[in-house]
Amino acid sequence: MFNFALGPDTALMRAHAAGYLWLGILFSSVLSLGESFRIESENLSLDGLKLAPADARAIFIGKALGNTLMLWLLSLVLLPVTIALFDVKVTLGIPALIGILLIGSLAISAPGTVYAAIASNARARDVLLPLLLFPILIPALLGCVKASALIFEGDPMNQLASWIRLLVAFNVVYWALGFILFPRVIEDD
Amino acid sequence: MANEVAIDIRDVSKRYGPRWALARLSYSLPVGRSLLLTGHNGSGKTTLLRMIATASFPTAGTLQVLGKDSRTDREAIRHQVALLSHASFLYEDLTAAQNLIVLGRLMGLEDPARDSAALLDRVGLSARTDNPVRQFSAGMRKRVAIARLLLKAPALALLDEPFGELDPAGIAQMEGLIAELKAKGTTLVLATHMVEQGIRLTETRLPSGAPGPGSTR
Repeated sequence: MFNFALGPDTALMRAHAAGYLWLGILFSSVLSLGESFRIESENLSLDGLKLAPADARAIFIGKALGNTLMLWLLSLVLLPVTIALFDVKVTLGIPALIGILLIGSLAISAPGTVYAAIASNARARDVLLPLLLFPILIPALLGCVKASALIFEGDPMNQLASWIRLLVAFNVVYWALGFILFPRVIEDD
Repeated sequence: MANEVAIDIRDVSKRYGPRWALARLSYSLPVGRSLLLTGHNGSGKTTLLRMIATASFPTAGTLQVLGKDSRTDREAIRHQVALLSHASFLYEDLTAAQNLIVLGRLMGLEDPARDSAALLDRVGLSARTDNPVRQFSAGMRKRVAIARLLLKAPALALLDEPFGELDPAGIAQMEGLIAELKAKGTTLVLATHMVEQGIRLTETRLPSGAPGPGSTR
């Protein structure tokens, strides 16, 4: 779609390949995150889990790790497609890129799981989730795109480590917040 | 034991938006007794059962279940209470056995697969244990939900329209299960529109003159 939107400029597409890859992952994440709570609302299964009783924080960790795995697998499918479509050279090697895809998937999943739970009770849940989630994810998206671009093009100025630190900090903050706030989100107080 | 209170409801009200589903309900049910809740649709029976199960909480008033506050001790209450609800709480893509095994694992049962198989056999679903719930009829889902309730072996069982969707054989089986739970000393709250059956199966009924389900103020 980006090809059609920006025209047939191969060099431009290659230069921005990391951005397209992460936008693809981000848009797909909305469907994946929404689905993870749709199955919970089908027969009020989330109530069943709570009353089992399952600790709400354990539900958060389980859901968020499940969402991470789903997104990571999806990104692993998108990666070769991106490399082939945009004719990208992976200068720093595929393993580094796979690592960034994992850190990025973790970064999307923690706040994504909390907001998917909030949006699951709303009538316009499919619209609400991206509206709530995307602004929060801007620092993570920035870090993922910059880190991936450096892995594609090479890192002569040693900037990669600082972007990875940003992503790790984002993960620490949002996984901790999710762990603390999730019980408040799913309990009908 | 006879003097212990299983459910202590004091001035409990519940509001959904502008509508009061329950208004200033007070009632006490001793341990080991069975209570029948009756009332027209939308009168607050399900709301009350969900609050006792700690699936939701009162807007005002205090609610104690098995001696514990429903808001602050919800975890402890949830270990001892089971709710058979309109919603089955089942995962559609899991099989009947898997649904029960998940619950059994959460409860820390030693052998949830064995217990689940025994209970599914008891509710007449031994031939369908490995079928996804998505393929089940409403009555079969109800049977799995009943097995789910029995797996918890609760001290307090909350049954919201337990006869709904069941065929005559299922209704007879449900009556037998209720009698069995009572014989074990399980405290029981039954909400049903089948009033005659309910009266036969329970010992007390929420006094019709008292402020109760259906009150709106």
